[in-house]
Amino acid sequence: MRRQFEEAEAELKNQIVAMGSLAEEMIHSAIQGLSERSREPLGKVTRNEEQVNRLHIAVDSRSVNLIALHQPTATDLRFIIAATKINSDLERIGDQAVNISETTALLLDMPQLERKLLDIPRMAELAQGMLKDSLDAFVRRDVALARTVIARDEEEDKLKSQAFNELMHLMQSDASTIQRALGLILIARNLERIADHATNIAEDVIFMTLGKDIRHHAVQ
Amino acid sequence: MMDNTSLASLESRKLNLFYGNFHAIKDVTVRIPEKSITSIIGPSGCGKSTLLRIFNRMNDLIPGVRITGQVLMHGHNIYSKHMDTAVLRKRVGMVFQRPNPFPFSIFENVAYGPKIHDLASERELPEIVENSLKKSGLWDELKDRLSDSALSLSPEQRQRLCISRLLATEPEVLLMDEPCSALDPIATAKIEELMLELRQKYTIVIVTHNMQQAARISNFTAFMLLGEMLEFDSTSAIFTNPQHQKTQDYVTGRFG
Repeated sequence: MRRQFEEAEAELKNQIVAMGSLAEEMIHSAIQGLSERSREPLGKVTRNEEQVNRLHIAVDSRSVNLIALHQPTATDLRFIIAATKINSDLERIGDQAVNISETTALLLDMPQLERKLLDIPRMAELAQGMLKDSLDAFVRRDVALARTVIARDEEEDKLKSQAFNELMHLMQSDASTIQRALGLILIARNLERIADHATNIAEDVIFMTLGKDIRHHAVQ
Repeated sequence: MMDNTSLASLESRKLNLFYGNFHAIKDVTVRIPEKSITSIIGPSGCGKSTLLRIFNRMNDLIPGVRITGQVLMHGHNIYSKHMDTAVLRKRVGMVFQRPNPFPFSIFENVAYGPKIHDLASERELPEIVENSLKKSGLWDELKDRLSDSALSLSPEQRQRLCISRLLATEPEVLLMDEPCSALDPIATAKIEELMLELRQKYTIVIVTHNMQQAARISNFTAFMLLGEMLEFDSTSAIFTNPQHQKTQDYVTGRFG
């Protein structure tokens, strides 16, 4: 029974990791399309989304089966609970990447702003790093790494507020920039949400590893 | 962590038990909170049934048994020489794995305890029998056949009858040693429901191999291994976030 459970658990972990890689690729491609002003990478975002959605359902279904058939407890139970929550976060990250890709497609029809992309590439890099590290922390049950992800969320929030302010000033001073600036505001918001989901994943890793719920509290 | 402010019905301090040279219970200090269900879990041979039997001195009858340390009931040492074991066993009753009704009528089984303990007159017995059978949920199905032999009952009814038999002597603590292991899942569910009702008035300590049962019904869980009590905590803590690695390994099925 134990071996059967461990095999199913390992498969669940592999599926989560596969989803994570797909989601990382989606963010990367969407941002690549934006910064290189190319439509070609955007196609990948759509293709990956279908796979992420399929895995989203598969992970939940496997988790329900594991709970029903094995009545897991302690670390086993916390692993499955964390897996289902991480599953939802990854699916939402995929959706955010799709939003970035769609907004990018609209922006590519218009000339680029003089200020170009402001700090958005930096925001993207930070969010992708947070996602990658939260998944590494999940695989390795690495609490210290998970905590660094949570700590980085503040910087992403700051960058987003900064981008919002700069883009608002731009719109106020030149009405012809409104459509493009709004597009970038949406993208900054999408990236900030991705960082929030990565933070959720890191919090789930800490719950899974230590049995401690640290959500809504300051990082110790 | 468990709420240590709750009143303890039973308490052991530095308790050790030896079967000859075999050290079966090692330094167990535990408080059993009153009016709640405490499960004792652990692999076979870990000492859980031995510990349960210590609480009403059932081990006294085994030759070569030596006990050190204290077991207190409301602060009084039950192993003091002034303790009358018949009185103790009336206050701390035990339900066994195999329902063991006496080969008497249903009525006589329940009336037996109050009779030998002189708790009631002949005239009062019918009321005591009725109340005890009601508390164990048997009254409605058996009230018209009280003179039938207890051996005619189903296994679940027999176990309920054994519980009624204890309740008739108005105990405080019910010790249950694998009370459902001889029952099918439906009968098990019914006994578990009965236990949940009984915990409003009685302190229940149950030894079980069925971890789902411990998780379902008990407020507190004690994990024992090789005679030691490695962990005692709220059942939810034991099954979601045990502190001891061995508890973790046991509840997740890595051994045992």
